Amino acid sequence: MSDMVLMKGNEAIAEAAIKAGCRHYFGYPITPQTEVAAYMAKRMPKIGGTFLQAESKVAAINMVIGVASTGKRVMTSSSSPGISLKSEGISYLAGCDLPALIVNVQRGGPGLGGIQPSQSDYWQAVKGGSHGDFRNIVLAPASVQEMASLTVKGFELADKYRMVSMILADGTMGQMMEPVSLDLESTYTAEKPWAVTGTKGGRQHNIVNSLFLQPEELEKKVFERYERYALVEKNEVMYEEYLMDDAEISVVAFGITSRVAKNAINVAREKGMKVGLIRPITLWPFPKDVLLKAADKCKAFISVEMNMGQMIEDVELAIKCRKPVYLCSRTGGMIPSPEEVLAKIEEVNEKEA
Amino acid sequence: MATVNMLFAGFGGQGILFAGKFLAYKGLIEGKQVSWLPSYGPEMRGGTANCSVILSDTPIGSPIVDKPDVLIAMNLPSLDKYENAVVPGGKIFVDSTLIGRKVERTDVEVYYVPASGLANEKNLRTLANMIITGKVISAVPEIGSDNLEAALNKVISARHQDMLGYNLDALKLGAQQ
Repeated sequence: MSDMVLMKGNEAIAEAAIKAGCRHYFGYPITPQTEVAAYMAKRMPKIGGTFLQAESKVAAINMVIGVASTGKRVMTSSSSPGISLKSEGISYLAGCDLPALIVNVQRGGPGLGGIQPSQSDYWQAVKGGSHGDFRNIVLAPASVQEMASLTVKGFELADKYRMVSMILADGTMGQMMEPVSLDLESTYTAEKPWAVTGTKGGRQHNIVNSLFLQPEELEKKVFERYERYALVEKNEVMYEEYLMDDAEISVVAFGITSRVAKNAINVAREKGMKVGLIRPITLWPFPKDVLLKAADKCKAFISVEMNMGQMIEDVELAIKCRKPVYLCSRTGGMIPSPEEVLAKIEEVNEKEA
Repeated sequence: MATVNMLFAGFGGQGILFAGKFLAYKGLIEGKQVSWLPSYGPEMRGGTANCSVILSDTPIGSPIVDKPDVLIAMNLPSLDKYENAVVPGGKIFVDSTLIGRKVERTDVEVYYVPASGLANEKNLRTLANMIITGKVISAVPEIGSDNLEAALNKVISARHQDMLGYNLDALKLGAQQ
């Protein structure tokens, strides 16, 4: 175990980004993600990278657009209200087909909300979260190890499909420490012939731009983008199944709530209830096929979330409403307890007997 | 050992998070599954602080400890808040210098350690956290008393390595209580 270190989730993201070749970080402090920026502030100057605390979250995302235009791996991180401020820039990144990694360590909302953990930015992350026809790849880590590995994966997917990858974590995942192996590297590198790197007189200049006044031209751009999105949906779905082989009830949960749900499922199994877990690791693309398949043999689903019920709509869509989907949730910075999830499993088990 | 769920609670500045981190590192060195989850935000700055630490032989689900097997209470508000959360048969460690009252529960084992008083008396100021942790290590056999120095080495930053001996002394002193 000598290669395992104890690290906060936020620090693991920062170190993994460096391991993935990111040398440009722009951010602005906000609880509960500030350790990402603090870690970058310490490390980047030592390895010839750039750490810059911008004057605002809006400035930081626009600096990300600048570096992304040059084809370099670049990231910013924030928490919920800060992500809202960055949302204009995220749309521009999509409109310019620029790869970047954006980290949201969620806290309770809306507005300034609170600083305790939340998953209430699910819709914002998964449905685009800003104006225009576009998608983000959304990755939901459920351990400090995944905070690290999905950061590397996020950069690679962003480069591969020329789009934004978002790590959708929460205050618990950011603040907790677990053993993590930092034996990480990025094996994928994309050619970036579109990057603005200086022509040296040798080629036509590249233009990075999201303005297309001719509707025919803009429509063609969006169509082309959606062809890439279709490839992402086909190739990049990630999920974990837990005790699903004989499950009659399927819990669906991501991030920290999936871990709470596992505790509850273990107790439910001891009590003889056939219950399992489907944990989406990619929230977009959503693991629709595995859920639809589960709908053939499961009698009901339970969506466990830290919001008023956001992912539950995607569960219902994925299973085409063939089976009832129940919600078990807390919000405002509250985390459901394993007992609450167990009570919901017992209730559903009785109701659907 | 299956799983030990611990909750360290006290004032910000008492080294609550440090003590938890120390035991988490000890578990890591011993190849256990471990998690450490702090309270965060304004309560850390002079108010109450707590951290959940789980040591386990099996993968850890939720890192949140809301029903501790072991509670370390280093101030009265923490004892008031968490006394009833401890599982029946669990263990409560009380800094009896700072907490005047007794534990009311009768279905738990209670250890009163005058940690803050001892720290002042033995010139181990700021190490009340490690004195009480020493008692925890000796009274909770599932934690074990190996690898103390190795874990301290990991958790004490390079520029504070001169504190390592004092931390070991504090752990020993606590174990003798």
